[in-house]
Amino acid sequence: MPVVAARAIDLHKRYGTGAAEVRALDGVSLEVRAGEFTAIMGPSGSGKSTLMHCLAALDTPTAGEVQIGDVTLSRLGDKALTALRRDQIGFVFQAFNLVPTLTARENILLPLSLAGRRRRAEADDGWFDTVVDAVGLRDRLDHRPAQLSGGQQQRVACARALAGRPAIVFADEPTGNLDSASGAEVLTFLRRSVDDFGQTIAMVTHDAVAASYCDRVVFLADGRIVDEISNPDRELILERMTCFG
Amino acid sequence: MLRLTLRNLLARRVRLVMSGLSVVLGVAFLSGVLVFSNGLSTTFDRIIHGSTPDAVVRAEVTESFDGGYSGQTDRALSPEDVARLADLPEVARADGDVVGFGMSLLADDGTLVGGTGAPTLAFNHTDRPNMAGEQALLLDSGRWPQRSGEIVLDRAAARAGGYRIGDRVRLLAPFGALERTAQLVGTAEFNGGGTAGATLLVFTTGEAQELFLGGRDVFNQISLTAAPGVDQERLASAAGGVVPDGFEAVTGDQVAEESEDAVGTFLDVISTFLLVFAIIAVIVGGFIIVNTFSILVAQRTRELALLRALGAARAQVTRSVLLEAAVLGVVATTLGIGLGLVLARGLAAVFRSIGLDIAGEALDLTPRAVVTSYLVGVGVTMAAAYLPARRGARVAPVAAMRTDVVPERGSLRRRTAVGAVLLALGAGCAAAGLAGAPGSDVAWIGVGAVVWILTVAAISPVIGRPVLVVCRALFAAAFGTTGRLAGENALRDPRRTGATASALMIGLALVSTIGVLAASLNASVDDVVDEQFTADLLVQNPTFQPFSTAIGDAVQEVPGVDVVSRQQWTSATVRTGAGTERSVTVAGNDAAFARIYALEVVSGDASPEGAEAVLFRDLARELGVRVGDPVDLGLLGGTRLHLVVAGIVDAVETTAEVSVPLEQLAAAGVLRQDTSLSVLVDPAADPAEVRDAVDAAAAPAPIVGVYDKEGFADEIRGQVNQLLFIIYGLLTLAIVIAVIGIVNTLGLSVIERTREIGLLRAVGMSRAKVRRMITLESVTIAVLGSVLGLALGVLIGVLLQRALSDDLSSLGLPLGQLLVFLVVAVLVGVLAAVLPAVRAGRLDVLDAIASE
Repeated sequence: MPVVAARAIDLHKRYGTGAAEVRALDGVSLEVRAGEFTAIMGPSGSGKSTLMHCLAALDTPTAGEVQIGDVTLSRLGDKALTALRRDQIGFVFQAFNLVPTLTARENILLPLSLAGRRRRAEADDGWFDTVVDAVGLRDRLDHRPAQLSGGQQQRVACARALAGRPAIVFADEPTGNLDSASGAEVLTFLRRSVDDFGQTIAMVTHDAVAASYCDRVVFLADGRIVDEISNPDRELILERMTCFG
Repeated sequence: MLRLTLRNLLARRVRLVMSGLSVVLGVAFLSGVLVFSNGLSTTFDRIIHGSTPDAVVRAEVTESFDGGYSGQTDRALSPEDVARLADLPEVARADGDVVGFGMSLLADDGTLVGGTGAPTLAFNHTDRPNMAGEQALLLDSGRWPQRSGEIVLDRAAARAGGYRIGDRVRLLAPFGALERTAQLVGTAEFNGGGTAGATLLVFTTGEAQELFLGGRDVFNQISLTAAPGVDQERLASAAGGVVPDGFEAVTGDQVAEESEDAVGTFLDVISTFLLVFAIIAVIVGGFIIVNTFSILVAQRTRELALLRALGAARAQVTRSVLLEAAVLGVVATTLGIGLGLVLARGLAAVFRSIGLDIAGEALDLTPRAVVTSYLVGVGVTMAAAYLPARRGARVAPVAAMRTDVVPERGSLRRRTAVGAVLLALGAGCAAAGLAGAPGSDVAWIGVGAVVWILTVAAISPVIGRPVLVVCRALFAAAFGTTGRLAGENALRDPRRTGATASALMIGLALVSTIGVLAASLNASVDDVVDEQFTADLLVQNPTFQPFSTAIGDAVQEVPGVDVVSRQQWTSATVRTGAGTERSVTVAGNDAAFARIYALEVVSGDASPEGAEAVLFRDLARELGVRVGDPVDLGLLGGTRLHLVVAGIVDAVETTAEVSVPLEQLAAAGVLRQDTSLSVLVDPAADPAEVRDAVDAAAAPAPIVGVYDKEGFADEIRGQVNQLLFIIYGLLTLAIVIAVIGIVNTLGLSVIERTREIGLLRAVGMSRAKVRRMITLESVTIAVLGSVLGLALGVLIGVLLQRALSDDLSSLGLPLGQLLVFLVVAVLVGVLAAVLPAVRAGRLDVLDAIASE
């Protein structure tokens, strides 16, 4: 039985009260399996971003449980959650991923340096070099984000997400702001990290092309999981999406 | 556009409140000072008018001499003079006045009451009216004195002395036997409200004559009340026809005017002094507004670009921002004026504690205070917002379409070039001042200093860079990534960091300049005292008021005292070579003076005898006289002394511009008192014992102190330091405003960096580390401001000391104080960060990364 990297158990997330109540998540249960590239898809308002925020310890559900590995998030205080995000979870956002005053190298090592593990990471492991070479940014390590293209910035963000070897990486529309060529580079890298390094990645996207890189696609609509396909290709995904138009 | 402007204001009211606060404080200080000084002069005006009669007969040249410090004359008016005046048809009544100076009130435990600046006025009681026809003195409780041995005090003095009606009051007389007592029979005050801190001693006419006029039945002035239908001019000229030689009759209006002028000069000094600090606070507030509006405009780039894209002209956008500034200015000024009233009452309380009591009703808002405050408050706010407004209007409309807006940063090169030129200009001014260019040296250096301060404030992004780099390195080493990020944040927008630090820099530059000057003054005083204090002990009043000779007599009797030299100071008028009259200080020295003090002789002989005088070199040059020439002094009471110049000497602190033998003053009718006693102790005696004995001899007269060399230097140093701390206190407000600026900038920059902070939190930076990052940024800004300010301030202080090297002969560098300032700056940085840091730490991660 494959290991579960992250688990959502009957998640509910409600905003507002009475007539103005919005149910972003209406009883979502999901298992993100280790070593898999999982996509969470859905139209806008489906709750996919909310689901990811809850899974990633960025938000707390109104009801239900979230587990990362063996750890139940609802039992943790803010400090512990912060430490969890630092050590066990990697992030790639759609934009504004990097700290503008740090170089690419420093941005990649940021979570580690916050944890005090930076020097060790740079010194012994070849992991840092592996990741940098995998994203193909060895010659850009000492540049600041302002000196990098959008695609390069996203790749730096990916490198950062992987540098700490987290239990799971959450990517929120990582290719949303990129042209198709840069987007393909990023997605290829993410795919390779799952294949070659056994990384677990959960990606929120509305782009069928991006989802076609994944092992499994989960469809959300109106706060509930409505469908799921494995080993998808683009046409299949598009077909399923039109069902929930 | 108007609606948009007002909506914007409401939407951003939190952001504007902090920046408005700096204007509120600056205006509060300004209006408080204006209200306070108006209150001061009103109080004195009321007292003066409430106590002046229709006309006064007095000795000629009385107006040139300040009450009491020049001693008193023995010229007087007789009862026959009073009767002759009363007989005039223009005169309704004539009352003889006895006005005495130099008497002191002691509390029942023997300590001095008053004596710290406000005078003690002693006079006889008459029920004569003032020029409004009302009683000049109003009885508060009890009754007026009816026989010798009875006294009426003013209410505050009675309370301070712990006396109640019926108690025996202890007094210190300026002539003859030191200690007197009298029974308190009532309390009174001037018709006009209060006494402004003066102590009033009211006796019967007979007792006053005994105390101050040697017991003769005479008066030193006469008050005249006009008959119905007679105006003051007619009264004065009629009286002038019958007054004896050497006396004159002047109208009450003229007396009131002279008094108001005299008081006015003194009050002007105080209010100008306070106003300078108020202006400084307002200017610092202006700096904060410039910075705040720059940030606000930068944050609204997309919105302003949208307006431009939709067709708003540049001028319209500029006007919109300026209108916001105007509204902010008006609201802040209004609040400031209200706060200013509170401040004025606070200032009144401070002055009351040192003896100057301002009547509470006089602290009202004057139209002048209100108008000035609005002009300054709104004017400064709008002027400060002008450049940011124009910059905002220059945003390209296309910027509205871009999602990541990086506000364009013009190069700092032009600013640096202009700054370099201005620095050179300032240096030129300072050099001119040192080289003795025409005009006041201090003024040249002052201009150079102002140019420097403003220029360094403007180019602080460039000049301060090394400081920021050092801070970044230090913090990175000490605090890891958090420190590194903090240092980078300060460096990333050097303009903003510099502008924020500049306000603090101005405050610290002023503080350190004053500190250097004060330290130099203390050092110079030490030098002078070291060199010229050749006595073993000095006995004198800290404010140099003359005292009874009985004290000197007692000191002379102390065993182990070898020589006591007595000195009496007064003033006189002389005619200069140019034909004008000016007043000079005159010291009457006894024969023992030359045994204690040495004078550097330029020509002639240092010790005058008989009808001779010794002059300081500068005075001799001004009068155009040499040894052997005659010199004419006009003394109080109208007598003239005809003397011959016996010698010309270098200026010293131990005697006056003109030194004459002590007997000459008595011969001119100045009542004999001592201003200073210099004591030489017998070398064979035990110095400590003699010192104790002299202390005991002087103890009954707490108006004088006994000082040895160190004690004297300490006393002066104490006075300098007192003034220094008052100045520091006044500068504190400017520094508080600067700190508010830091809080403001940090707060706005946290809002600006919401996404970035959210990202850091998302990847695992704890709240504590976020708070620390903000705190370290704040400390960086504070350190930048203080390093630049201290460096500039010390430089200016040193230059000023050079320019003033006549009075400030040595340079003192208060290194300890400067270090304290630096440490305080770091603490200030930590404190200023508290609110923004807590807010940054509390940022909800989700909101942060989702926000635009």
